[in-house]
Amino acid sequence: MLAPDILLAAVLNGLMTGAVYALVAVGLTLVYGVLHIINFAHGAILSAAMFAAYFASLAGVDPYIALIGLAPLFFAAGYAAQRLIISPASHGDDQNVLLVTLGLSIVIENVLLTAFHSDTRSIDVPYGFASVDLGFAFLPLPRVVAFAVACVVSAALWIGLHHTDTGKAIRAVAKERYGATLVGIDVAHVYAVTFGIGAACLAIAACLLLPSYYVNPRVGEAYVLVAFTVVVFGGMGSVPGALIGGLMIGVIESLTGLFFGESLGQLGIFVLFIVMLLLRPTGLFGARA
Amino acid sequence: MPDAALLEVDGLAAGYGASAILQGIDLHVAAGETVAVLGSNGVGKTTLNKVLSGILRPRAGSIRFNGRSLEHAAPSKIVEMGLVHVPEGRRIFPDMSVDENLVLGSYRRAKANRAANRERVMAIFPRLAERCRQPAGTLSGGEQQMLAIGRGLMAEPRFLILDEPSLGLSPLLVEEMFMLIRRLGAEGLTILLVEQNVVQSLALAAHAHVLENGRIVLSGKGEELMSDPRLQKSYLGM
Ligand SMILES: Nc1ncnc2c1ncn2[C@@H]1O[C@H](COP(=O)(O)OP(=O)(O)O)[C@@H](O)[C@H]1O
Ligand SMILES: [Mg+2]
Repeated sequence: MLAPDILLAAVLNGLMTGAVYALVAVGLTLVYGVLHIINFAHGAILSAAMFAAYFASLAGVDPYIALIGLAPLFFAAGYAAQRLIISPASHGDDQNVLLVTLGLSIVIENVLLTAFHSDTRSIDVPYGFASVDLGFAFLPLPRVVAFAVACVVSAALWIGLHHTDTGKAIRAVAKERYGATLVGIDVAHVYAVTFGIGAACLAIAACLLLPSYYVNPRVGEAYVLVAFTVVVFGGMGSVPGALIGGLMIGVIESLTGLFFGESLGQLGIFVLFIVMLLLRPTGLFGARA
Repeated sequence: MPDAALLEVDGLAAGYGASAILQGIDLHVAAGETVAVLGSNGVGKTTLNKVLSGILRPRAGSIRFNGRSLEHAAPSKIVEMGLVHVPEGRRIFPDMSVDENLVLGSYRRAKANRAANRERVMAIFPRLAERCRQPAGTLSGGEQQMLAIGRGLMAEPRFLILDEPSLGLSPLLVEEMFMLIRRLGAEGLTILLVEQNVVQSLALAAHAHVLENGRIVLSGKGEELMSDPRLQKSYLGM
């Protein structure tokens, strides 16, 4: 039998990882919920954001500081990408949007590959191996910070979506595009804001991951695969689903790793994913069809 | 026609893809007037409303609202000018609360008067006040129609389009709905009432136009049309 404090430590570690999964997933689910498309460029944008954070760090800016600049920068880039590239190139057809984001991901990834090759890089920060002593377990400091920031960002996002006009407009467009147009909501603007929020969440996730993770042009893809299972698990388009789903997936990965060995951690995610698809295909918070 | 028309539509044509729907529509609405557009299913009533609110671009003709042309205006700009369209089928935001729906009614216009206008809407529709925190999708059909109109009123419209507001309501509620429209008209609101409910619409409209196959086939004062033999024959079954 395992000692309860080992189990508890594994759960806490899972929650820490899960908070970043949630942050990556929330942008994906928001874009799905509002634009009704899967943003295939999500992984490539995460890779790009990690490179941005990496070079900021080489230039002497700590990732946690870089976050303050990169989040608005990626918001603006996401907004512009939707308004200037994705929307004009797709001529109002949802299926084209999907293909354009796929194209965008190929371009971003290849630019990163050409510029930085497929080498894996990482940074050294003084707190890289620092940890927080809970008495019964040590939690790595970068992951504690990631958890805290991801929680704050999620809360801010939730408040923004429910208590600001722009947030309400985003939710309105998600469920009733025609009605939203008739109250005077500029749907193209809302789409772009939603894309921008997704990209900003990725920039934040990148800055939180960098101190304890590595960077290469494909790093985002691996993360987004997990984020995608989180999105389906939580219910496509559901923001609370992505947040709670992210935490749950993190814990499941951690516990699978504890019981069956580190390398099988992600296997638990996919087993659970398949069970979920069989039992409740709409996900935790998904609308019944 | 009164010459100080708030809305002037001339020679309007519109359609979808290969199908031409509206042709040669002339429609003038003076400020403060209630004008009815009548016609059975599929004649192009909703298409006309979509063109007026900027959802669908006209293929020919002109639309002037308050002296400004609307043919190329974005829907959000049209709302900003005060032309508000309460659509057929309500199109409320189903998973948002009644209050949030009302807030969004003032997303583009009259934001500063939001609280006062909410009070006003709640006074007109006490049933919405009782359900202000409830998700709009859980309201009954009649309540949803009230919410759709209330949401429209939140923008302090200068011109309100009502697309089949009595559709799907019980006879009692239909009665109530027409009383409400009469009341809004009496308060000075300019209304374009699009309906299949011919008798009740004619009873409260200053002018009315009958649409058939995308053309206006009959126009006149409300009471005059009521006794027009052509209308009696095709719509009143007399
Ligand atoms: N989005 C659309 N695409 C193609 N045809 C349409 C569309 N909407 C309506 N129509 C057609 O246009 C005609 C008029 O429709 P509509 O304006 O909705 O009529 P009404 O509101 O008077 O019932 C109908 O024949 C309908 O089938
Ligand atoms: Mg119609």
